[in-house]
Amino acid sequence: MTAPTMPNDGLISPDLPVLTRKDFVSDQEVRWCPGCGDYSILAQMQKMLPELGIPREQIVFISGIGCSSRFPYYVNTYGFHTIHGRAPTIATGLKTARPELKVFVITGDGDGLSIGGNHLLHAIRRNIDLTIVLFNNRIYGLTKGQYSPTSEFGKITKSSPYGTTERPLNPIRIALAAGATFVARSVDRDTKHLEEMLYLAAKHRGVSFVEVYQNCNIFNDGAFAAFAEKEVRADRMIYLEHGKPLRFGKENQHGIRLNGFTPEIVENAATDDGLLVHDAHAENITLANILVGMDYPDFPVPIGVFRDVDAPTFDQLVQQQVEEAMARGKGSLEAALRTGETWVVE
Amino acid sequence: MDKKQRPMTTEAQLKPEHQIEELERVTIRFAGDSGDGMQLTGTQFTRTAAVFGNDLATLPDFPAEIRAPAGSLPGVSGFQISFASTEIYTPGDRPDVLVAMNPAALKTNLGDLKPGGLLIVDKDEFEPTNLKKAAYETNPLEDGSLNGYQVVPISITRQNELALEGLPLSAKDKFRCRNFYALGLVLWLYGRTLDTTIKWATEQFKRRPDILEANLRALRAGYNFGETTELFRVQYRVPPAKVPPGVYRHISGNEATALGFVAASVLSGLPLFYASYPITPASDILHELSKLKNFGVKTFQAEDEIAAIGAAIGAAYGGHLGLTGTSGPGLALKSEALNLAVMTELPIVVIDVQRAGPSTGMPTKTEQADLLQAMFGRNGDSYVAIVAPCTPSDCFFMAIEAFRIALKYMVPVVFLSDGYLGNGSEPWRIPDVSELPKIEWHYAEPQAGKFNPYRRDPNTLARPWAVPGQRGMEHRIGGLEKSGETGDISYDPRNHHEMTLARKGKVERIAQDIPPLQVTGPEEGDLLVLGWGGTYGSITSACENARKRGLSVASAHLRYLNPFPANLGDVLKRYQKVLIPELNTGQLALLIRGRYLVDAIPFNKISGQPFKIAEIEGKIDEVLGLRDEYVLEFTRSAGVSGG
Repeated sequence: MTAPTMPNDGLISPDLPVLTRKDFVSDQEVRWCPGCGDYSILAQMQKMLPELGIPREQIVFISGIGCSSRFPYYVNTYGFHTIHGRAPTIATGLKTARPELKVFVITGDGDGLSIGGNHLLHAIRRNIDLTIVLFNNRIYGLTKGQYSPTSEFGKITKSSPYGTTERPLNPIRIALAAGATFVARSVDRDTKHLEEMLYLAAKHRGVSFVEVYQNCNIFNDGAFAAFAEKEVRADRMIYLEHGKPLRFGKENQHGIRLNGFTPEIVENAATDDGLLVHDAHAENITLANILVGMDYPDFPVPIGVFRDVDAPTFDQLVQQQVEEAMARGKGSLEAALRTGETWVVE
Repeated sequence: MDKKQRPMTTEAQLKPEHQIEELERVTIRFAGDSGDGMQLTGTQFTRTAAVFGNDLATLPDFPAEIRAPAGSLPGVSGFQISFASTEIYTPGDRPDVLVAMNPAALKTNLGDLKPGGLLIVDKDEFEPTNLKKAAYETNPLEDGSLNGYQVVPISITRQNELALEGLPLSAKDKFRCRNFYALGLVLWLYGRTLDTTIKWATEQFKRRPDILEANLRALRAGYNFGETTELFRVQYRVPPAKVPPGVYRHISGNEATALGFVAASVLSGLPLFYASYPITPASDILHELSKLKNFGVKTFQAEDEIAAIGAAIGAAYGGHLGLTGTSGPGLALKSEALNLAVMTELPIVVIDVQRAGPSTGMPTKTEQADLLQAMFGRNGDSYVAIVAPCTPSDCFFMAIEAFRIALKYMVPVVFLSDGYLGNGSEPWRIPDVSELPKIEWHYAEPQAGKFNPYRRDPNTLARPWAVPGQRGMEHRIGGLEKSGETGDISYDPRNHHEMTLARKGKVERIAQDIPPLQVTGPEEGDLLVLGWGGTYGSITSACENARKRGLSVASAHLRYLNPFPANLGDVLKRYQKVLIPELNTGQLALLIRGRYLVDAIPFNKISGQPFKIAEIEGKIDEVLGLRDEYVLEFTRSAGVSGG
């Protein structure tokens, strides 16, 4: 029996070609609605990918179903457009079998948190080395406008003409609760920030989860406009940076402090004294949980890295067990067939 | 017998003389409470019989509840073994011997015991509380209701207690050794040594010398009781069977399945990835494979059935052997993802160890009712290959076949085992590894220009297996309809028509690559009995018996269900009548009638139990006009049709 990684031996090329954004553009015509936030996410991804220094053939994009899940067709790497909600399962199998590959999961609020909620939870808790990007537009776009698990309470949609009677999920809170080792949020309109978050997530060893606020200009236009538009962004969003005090505002003049476990805004905070300092590397998720509770209009919406900690990955642990077992003695089929009691008939 | 095993306390001169009677075949059923260790007792007796050289077959029959209320009727667990000096195919229709550890076990099993059969009971357990739990109004040991049997009431509980006196164990722990007392007694009755059991127990309890000591004492006490008392006038001998020379072991279907898939990995040189969600009766395959990491096997206990098949698809996409395993309800959950493998033409194998359905059904009972689910249970025109092992050891060979087909044709394969095969066991002549078939496969070759992931092999219609890591073959696949050649998304009407026929066609082409259907018995004649899966033993035995009675009856057993062997149509035409016994309401019969326009006669049993040989013989006689309508015995009293 050859080593478990045998088939990769002839496959993974040792040289690292210098790639550009263009190398990651596939020959397929992009078919999202004009003006869709997905274009921005695709563009930032294609811009970011060359920076990883990974050959194209070692990168795989796996998606479920929904507008966002068309993504793999447009990236010139290996790609798998799977079935609704199940992308994390296919990615888990691929990454566990082939830990040397770089695997992305592209999902949406319906795909990842409704039909595929269970898989998302378990992929995250295992800390398998996947980069999961969840496009959150708070609506079902592909099926033309029903409410999603992240739609605001009372939202009027095609399937809720009198307003929804359901309370929404917060994707970041779900990821934190499941034990994600990297959790970040960004927004389609802030391209520079988005590209940076995608890069940090892709570089993280272990599961990385990025929620991207994404505008659906057809069925939920302006979903994030109130705080994400350029003109208001500085006052209504707060950029999380590890080790720095939480400040926002056009002049960075306001701050956030804690009163017990409750955050409060300090207007025109002259000094950083008493302001909450972000710690993305804390093992304890209490702070991250407090931050994720901050939402517009009561608070500026936090974007950036909520959590970034190191932990052994599922795929490596599985690989390690196999390697250790094989080091103790490779299996012999002859011997395996003869386990237990045997007897000879002459 | 080894002198060392001689009971130490027995004075040879005091031993009564026992007559020795030679038998060709004996069927024993051990029955007790599910906490009484009957599965272990049966397994130990089986190992001893196997090592002795008998041919044998076993039928474990246990409740789904791990511990139903002690002493209750639903809590009864049984293990039947048939062992013989000749070749046998089934665990026997009716036991010659019933060991009943409590009244509930007697009540639920007595109906199967042969008239005049030997009935060994633990009489200590026949006290008012237990009798009440078993709904006995009077003590059957005293009311004459057992007069038709050779009843041997033994004070097993009390004698076991005495044998273990002075050991520092709780009364409960001591009570739990009773099964070894019963085992020792039955081993004596059939002239067997205690060696195999002692060896097993020594290994099993090496960290618990106190438990080991107690079990061995109980075992020897039971043995000595048989030897020293005059309760049994006769001791029986079942000589070894004449079987082909070779090295043998004892193997269950689930063990053979696990080993078969490991063999597929060795023979192909591709690592095996097994993803599964625990489910009865398939979990043992996960247990077995998770131990075999030194073969490069990776196992993944998924969060649910869907995740398990998804992960298997991911591994197959990555160029490894993607395998998932389940039982019927799990196959239902996997159907959407199985269709993704159909559409993306990835070589996964799905094991279904079938159990009685529908819904949760009877998880610990066997059935063959997932054939149509495997064949048709998906949206769209969706074709998968289906193989079905016919004996516990055949699971080994069909597992290799499953991946040979999957890799060559780039097609998902369903492996239909069942609870009877998976939990049942038989002696197995260990095959020579060098004689096993090679599994051939290759990843995609570079193509001139843009890589086309759906450019098919003209012979097999397989598409190239381009796996991540192969430079220049980056491509996108998915569940949307693909354009032939390029694999781009296509809504073109003609393309969909052609792609559907291609997916169907490649499954059909597998028929060129599988062995023809073998017939046992006359090449043509009055009746062909056609079966598939775990009914092989009963059908083969019933047809052999019928031929011994001079009847023109042949049997044939399908191990390939999609596609069928190429000669099946011809075989069917050579007989006046075709009978199809199945543990379902006629699923294969429906397919055969639809495909070959043959008026096959279905014979159906849906009780969660395998066919008895006599049942199939009864139906054969009816079909050949030798008797009136045959009705399954258990349906007679209920007044419902046996089908």
